[in-house]
This record gives sequence, C-alpha cells and structure tokens, in this order.
Amino acid sequence: MSTSPDHLGLAGTGSAGATLASSGAYNWPDAGGHFGTYGGMFVPETLMHPLEELRTAYERYMADPEFLAELDADLQDYVGRPSPLYHAERWSRELGGAQIFLKREDLNHTGAHKVNNTIGQALLARRMGKTRIIAETGAGQHGVASATVAARLGLECVVYMGEVDIARQEANVYRMRLLGARVVSVTSGSRTLKDALNEAMRDWVTNIDDTFYIIGTVAGPHPYPAMVRDFQAVIGREARAQMLARSGRLPDALVACVGGGSNAIGLFYPFIPDEGVAIYGVEAAGDGLQTGRHAAPLCAGRPGVLHGNRTYLMEDNHGQIVETHSISAGLDYPGVGPEHAWLKDSGRAHYDSVTDDEALRAFHHLTRTEGIIPALESSHALAFVHKLAPTMRRDQTIIVNLSGRGDKDMHTVASHDGLVL
Amino acid sequence: MSRIAARFEQLSDRGRTALIPFVTAGDPSPAVTVPLMHAMVAAGVDLIELGVPFSDPIADGPVIQRATERALAQGVSLDDVLDMVRRFREQDTETPVILMGYLNPIEVMGYETFAVAAKSAGLDGALIVDVPPEEGHALVEMLKAQGLDLVYLLAPTSTESRIARIGEVASGFVYYVSVKGVTGAGNLDTAAVAEKVGLIKSLIRLPVGVGFGINNPETAASVARVADAVIVGSAIVSRIEALAATPERIPEAVAEFLAGLRHAIDEVDAHVA
Repeated sequence: MSTSPDHLGLAGTGSAGATLASSGAYNWPDAGGHFGTYGGMFVPETLMHPLEELRTAYERYMADPEFLAELDADLQDYVGRPSPLYHAERWSRELGGAQIFLKREDLNHTGAHKVNNTIGQALLARRMGKTRIIAETGAGQHGVASATVAARLGLECVVYMGEVDIARQEANVYRMRLLGARVVSVTSGSRTLKDALNEAMRDWVTNIDDTFYIIGTVAGPHPYPAMVRDFQAVIGREARAQMLARSGRLPDALVACVGGGSNAIGLFYPFIPDEGVAIYGVEAAGDGLQTGRHAAPLCAGRPGVLHGNRTYLMEDNHGQIVETHSISAGLDYPGVGPEHAWLKDSGRAHYDSVTDDEALRAFHHLTRTEGIIPALESSHALAFVHKLAPTMRRDQTIIVNLSGRGDKDMHTVASHDGLVL
Repeated sequence: MSRIAARFEQLSDRGRTALIPFVTAGDPSPAVTVPLMHAMVAAGVDLIELGVPFSDPIADGPVIQRATERALAQGVSLDDVLDMVRRFREQDTETPVILMGYLNPIEVMGYETFAVAAKSAGLDGALIVDVPPEEGHALVEMLKAQGLDLVYLLAPTSTESRIARIGEVASGFVYYVSVKGVTGAGNLDTAAVAEKVGLIKSLIRLPVGVGFGINNPETAASVARVADAVIVGSAIVSRIEALAATPERIPEAVAEFLAGLRHAIDEVDAHVA
C-alpha cells in the first residue's frame, strides 16, 4: 500500500483501528493503482502528469503529521466527528433478529459522509498551491460538500452537474450557489452524473496549472479510488472502535449502499482483515434488475473501462455506457469503484440489490420507528437489513452505514406518494 | 514495413509534411463516411484518422462530442467502423488508416477478435486515447502480433522520461497534443509547440504529428514548419455538422477546406526545401 491511511482521522475515537498496512493481508491497490484486475489509470496522456503530481503530493502529506493533525482537527470541529454509533433498539425488535447499529454519517455537517472526503482533498489542494476547485455531482451532495469546503478555504469552486439532475435537485443547486460555487449545467450525453464527470475531467485537463479536481467517490483513475477510500475510512475506524468499546467484540455484519461506493468502502475498509465480519454492499435495483432500469453494475453488469479505471459497468453489447435508473440520484451511476469490483470477485464482500419500492418502504419504516429520516441512498442499505436481520440471532450485530439524511429527498418521496410540496 | 512507416518515408523523401484529417465514423450518417474518405484523399491528405464513437469521450471537446452523439444515434458500432475501413480498401490500398477511440468498445469485442478483424479490414493502426503505456499490455501484444501500429499521445505536460518511454512502445508516429485541453481547443502557442516538438524529436525516432487547435491554413502552416504531420479534427467535424442536413454536400466541402490546408502546408514545404 502506497499510503498510510491508518494515521488518519482518529480524533476522538482512540486508536483502536486495525493497522491494515502491518497485517500483510490486504495491500491493494498496487503501485499502478490496480485492485486485482480492476482500477488502474485509463486516461489520456494529458492527464498522466497531473495524476502523478497528485499521487506524489498525496503520499507526501499523508505522511506529514502537521497535515494529519489539521485534517483530524477539521473532522472533529468542523464536521462534528466522531459520528455516533446508534443502537436502533426499536427497529431491531420489530425485525426480530440481529441488533442493528446505525453509523450516523447523516449527522455530519452538510448531512452526509461526502464531507469527510472533500475536507481531505481541499486541504490537499491548498497544500499543493491550487486556487481553484472543481467537482462533479449527481444528487448534489458532493457538490454541496465541495462548495462548503471551498467557501471555508476561500477557493474558487466550479461544480459540474447534468442538466437532468439540476432540474430534479433544485434545492442543492441553490445551496451550492449560496456557498459561492458556480454550477455548470452539463448538456452532453445522458446529461447526468457520468457526463458531469466527463466534463469535470475536460475542465481539469484544460486548467491543470491552478485547478484541483475533487472526485466525490472511489472511482476515477489512480490515485482517486485509494485516496477517497483513505479519507472515508474514518467511518469504519470509528465504527470498529465504537463497537469494540460497547460490546467488546466486532460486529457480525456490515451493510452499506453502493453507487460509486465511497460510504461503503469507508465503512468496509478497516474491517477487511476481520474475516468473521460479513460485508454486504447494496446496489440500486431501480424498477427491478429484470427490467434493465436499474443502477446495479456489480449485480447485473460486466467488467469494462470507464472514467479512468477498469470496473463493473452497465453497457450495451457494443461497449457504450447505458443510462441508469434509481429513485436515488446518488446511486444513479453506471460504474462502481474498482475496489468493490475486486472485493466482489475475491469473495470478501457480497453485493445484492434492492428496488426503488423496497428502499422507499425502508425509508418510511425507519422514520416511523426511530425518528430518523434517512437519505434514499442509505434507505437501500436499510432495506437490505430488513431482509438480513431476521435471518440472524438476537445476540448478533449489524452495523449499517446511515450515509446521509433524507431532507434533500422530501420532494422525491412526496411526489412518489402523490403529493406536491 | 508498415503502410504508415512506408508513407512517412515517402513523404520524407519528397520533403512533404503529412496532412492527417480526423473524422468521426458514421457522422452524420454511415453512408457518408467512405465517400468522404476518398474525397479527402483526393484533396491531398496522407493518412486518415477515423474516430470510433464512444458514449463518454473524456478527451474530446464539444464539436467531436456532438459528432459522436450523431453517430451513436445511428447505432454506429466498432464492427460498423471496421466495415467502413474494409469498403474504403476496395478502392484505396495505399492510404494508411488508423482508428482513434476509447478502450471500452474494444474490451467488449475482445482484444484478439478486434486485432484480427482490424487487420483483415485493412486497418493500419490504432490510437486508443485512454490507454497510456502503463495500461493495456495484453491489447498492445495482440495488435503488434497482427502488425498493426500503436500510435500514442504526447502532451505539453509529458516529461522527458515519459516521452522516452512512449517512444519505446509507439510505432508509426506519435501524436503531440499541442495544447492543455480537449480536442477543438483554441490558443495554439506555436513557439511552445516548436520547442516541445524539438524536444520530442531529440528523444524519439518516430515522425511527430501535431494536433488539437489547428483550424485554418495559417495554423496549419505554422505547425508544418516544425512537425512531420499536421492533424486536423474539430475544424473538419464542425463543417460536417454545418452540413448535417445535406450530407451529399459534405465530401466536397471538406475536400475544399483540406485543399486549402494542403496548399498552405505545401508552401511551407517548398520554402523549407
């Protein structure tokens, strides 16, 4: 492993995290950014030097105690970490099986796990002397998290967002503009997240001298999948320490939703060497896998190359990337982080999917039983827990990543229920 | 010797700078492409780059993105593009043709299937935009086994060690991207291009083509002073776009534009000679 994530973000949790680097069991990615046959650097030559520059800076600062202290302090005082690990007792009782613990990333500043990563990358950008931040966004959560840290650090911020997504996420667009970001409407291709990512790459290659591209998920070319994972791994390190402190043992299962997969890898990564911990990633089955209208490349796609890495993709028979569907804009992406592809093939993690309707039922169920309104993305993980928990004993435990709060989804849920807000 | 190497050798003997057009295969309709290729040859081009449409062309600016979308709307696939090359070869066995595109359609077809099909169609090489020398070793082996040339990009940000490394794997020619940006970008800095091309030529034995941002006879002439080949894409594709409703007029209009570039390059070549 080329980086040292285990020194990162331990503020307030004690240093109970596994030291993966020393375990020797799991050392991905390799020097070229590969996770087994996945990942890598499939980019035009124009991007190779900026990526090399980024990798060098990342490795340098992740070994710099001053940088790590700055990051830890921001995660504690600005984001509000550590996030609680909450025992959802009533919901656990209703499901009648395992005890369910929610990792409350929804309580972070800006309302989701995304800020863990944008704080890290923005601090890195400042150290590299970059004055301009660009980002892609789908639902707008990563765009908001990027605009937020850019405002705080006084950096110019441009967010690329598909025209289709702008129309369905007006509140987040306004939020980004309030924060001083320029939101650029992307009208090429399917006019959604994947096209926003294409456009951000084009901006980056044109403005590499002063611009830092903050990718919001564990996709893209090396070093992004590893770097974003390392910034998000604070989730799993905290959860592991919190569970050990509470019960003296590790959880039996982890569950997280997977779009690009950053909240999932953030929870999973520190547990990978813990073979007794079952790991479940949950993709968006949309209208159902059999309809083709979904966003579940791991469950129903095949390996290919998109956005700088080899991974599972949703594509047609000629290798063109196809449009995806999910009620949750944050899961509406035709690829997935390459480390998930590797965890799937290696058998260390299991990937399943739930439909829009199942996710909505879980959304309402958690809201009514625990007084917590989850994001529609996170509701996919909750819906899977609905199926998993009853198959487990009452003395067993599940940690589910409640990756974001549902405030942004009020309009979507209301319109699904036939209401106009 | 490959058809590309032979062509550059002839050009060098005659003191002529190559003119290389790029068009997206199947834009605005599949029927246009082969007649357009012949018309471009008649206008004096020396090698043709044929773009394979891909849904997510991250290295391309808006003009070629739209061309890609027009071709994809007609369902143009990698198989179709190879078929166009095959039909072009029925009348022209001299002019080298390379494909320029992205890896994923080749992944789906399969590396060996692609390499064999490309060779049998009469293709001479490929420039796979998102495959730097660090990746795609298995594909490179398959293409080389079929005698196909592998053209690589070089960028303003490519370091000396990267240039040398690319020189070891590339064949046919190398393609220097003249600006930091995507295809169709403006602001060509000819002095900076001259300096970088000089550096590349000191490190690599292959011919050096220069593209991105060449859109008129003046920029073509200034690049011809320093490069072995002048590569023009978006400026052609935007003319195709303007005539998309009357595709029968496209070959003639593109040929006229290219003849103007050819004339400007010839004047430079005559002066240098």
